[in-house]
Amino acid sequence: MGILDKEFSDSNIIITNFDNLMNWARLSSLWQLGFGLACCAIEMMATSASHYDFDRFGVIPRNTPRQADIIIISGTVTLKMALRIKRLYEQIADPKYIISMGSCSNCGGPYWEHGYHVLKGVDRVIPVDVYVPGCPPRPEALLEGLLKLQEKIRNESSVKKTA
Amino acid sequence: MSIKTEHMVLNMGPQHPSTHGVLRLELELNGELIVNVKPHIGYLHRCFEKHAEAMTYPQIIPYTDRIDYLASISNNFGYAVTVEKLMGIQVPERVEYIRVIFGELQRIASHLVAIGTYGLDIGAFTPFLYCFRDREKILSLFEMTCGARLLYNYIWVGGLSHDIHPEFVRLTREFLNYFRPQVEEVNQLLSYNKIFIERTANIGILPAETAINFGMTGPNLRGSGVKFDLRRNDPYSIYDRFDFDIPVGDGRMGTVGDCWDRYFVRVLEIEQSIRIIEQALDQIPEGDVSSAIPKRIKPPVGSVYGRVENPRGELGYFLISDGGLNPFRLKVRGPSFVSLSVMGELCKGHLIADVIAILGSIDIVLGEVDR
Repeated sequence: MGILDKEFSDSNIIITNFDNLMNWARLSSLWQLGFGLACCAIEMMATSASHYDFDRFGVIPRNTPRQADIIIISGTVTLKMALRIKRLYEQIADPKYIISMGSCSNCGGPYWEHGYHVLKGVDRVIPVDVYVPGCPPRPEALLEGLLKLQEKIRNESSVKKTA
Repeated sequence: MSIKTEHMVLNMGPQHPSTHGVLRLELELNGELIVNVKPHIGYLHRCFEKHAEAMTYPQIIPYTDRIDYLASISNNFGYAVTVEKLMGIQVPERVEYIRVIFGELQRIASHLVAIGTYGLDIGAFTPFLYCFRDREKILSLFEMTCGARLLYNYIWVGGLSHDIHPEFVRLTREFLNYFRPQVEEVNQLLSYNKIFIERTANIGILPAETAINFGMTGPNLRGSGVKFDLRRNDPYSIYDRFDFDIPVGDGRMGTVGDCWDRYFVRVLEIEQSIRIIEQALDQIPEGDVSSAIPKRIKPPVGSVYGRVENPRGELGYFLISDGGLNPFRLKVRGPSFVSLSVMGELCKGHLIADVIAILGSIDIVLGEVDR
């Protein structure tokens, strides 16, 4: 599964294919757009702080979309914010991934019924790779979501389109 | 000779690492000096007041959690106090003590985030990690009691959702003994750091008169040297039974009411909160926490204003009841919204980099600004 599976025992030579190498590189350094929306952003901060330590998965917060690989949509997406999120997404260079964190950005959450200014799911403006449920999700849940995303990237192919 | 120049308009946010969420500031610049700042809000308007009109009284409590998500317990507290005032409910002694303990633990947790992220804004990364390390310990106390880490739905009208765990008192004492020396560590890391003082002292000076005229409350007002705290000046719950000081800004590093004073009031308030919790833990009586919860909450016709001291200032609820199962109107008076209005006044004549320092020092939560 890892890239070091087919290493020759006596020297630093590894045999692998292009997809494996690229996917390994991509999933091990997912730079995140440092971008908090609402309550879930506090849990996202807690995940990157000392106790849960997001850095060990290669997730480093970047402050500009040009340097980022993933956005964690952490919180309620309002109608006013939706266009800005779409623009931020468009500014990220390919390949790019989205984790939708929390009920609000999954489907509107507690604001689903009467929230006249709340977008009912961020997937109405940008494509989402992994949905993390919870209100707010625990840091462990966000880490699990990240591992799921890494699994998805591991199975990608540069020739064949995967869903 | 003077050269005639045009003012430049620069947008800061809504995606900016130091705007504490989704806030857009429209800066009018003369070179690098700020002429005016216009905050644009509404990027997190989640229709709280509309929800309150559609929900029954107990259903509103989870929504109050999400107004100011760094101080959920304080929001629950304010709402419960308001509805109890209208219905004339007397809550048991034990409930009052537990409410105070949790309110003060929440204040510590909220101030730790404020201090940590303020360091982050100014360029000090390490204090953030130290603050979050200690905050996790408080969160585990919350989690042990009501099962949630951030949004608790814990304080109900007339009581609490759960009684405290039998081990809670011992573990809280253990935490306080551990945490008391850590405050000094924060001071050494950040408060008395030369670079930090250079960035914050004499920046964004808010005179007491301006602060009162703008309606500022909480640490922002006390940072300007005004000794006003609802826990002392208009005691709610059982705050009149405890012995604690109200720290105010004294201009130790610069002028009274600068960013450093506002920051340091929060550090001092953590120590006072520890004192209150220790007294409450000593006095906490036995009893039932759910005996006064009404079966059906249906307040009489009328209106009431209830207010509590949230970590950011005066959080007020104005409630109008038409005698039905849901409020006719519920208006929230949020401290962050009021504090944000003073931005233009504070930033005038400062550099762009100081906007970050000033915004961090008034410690806003956008969930509560927009609601």
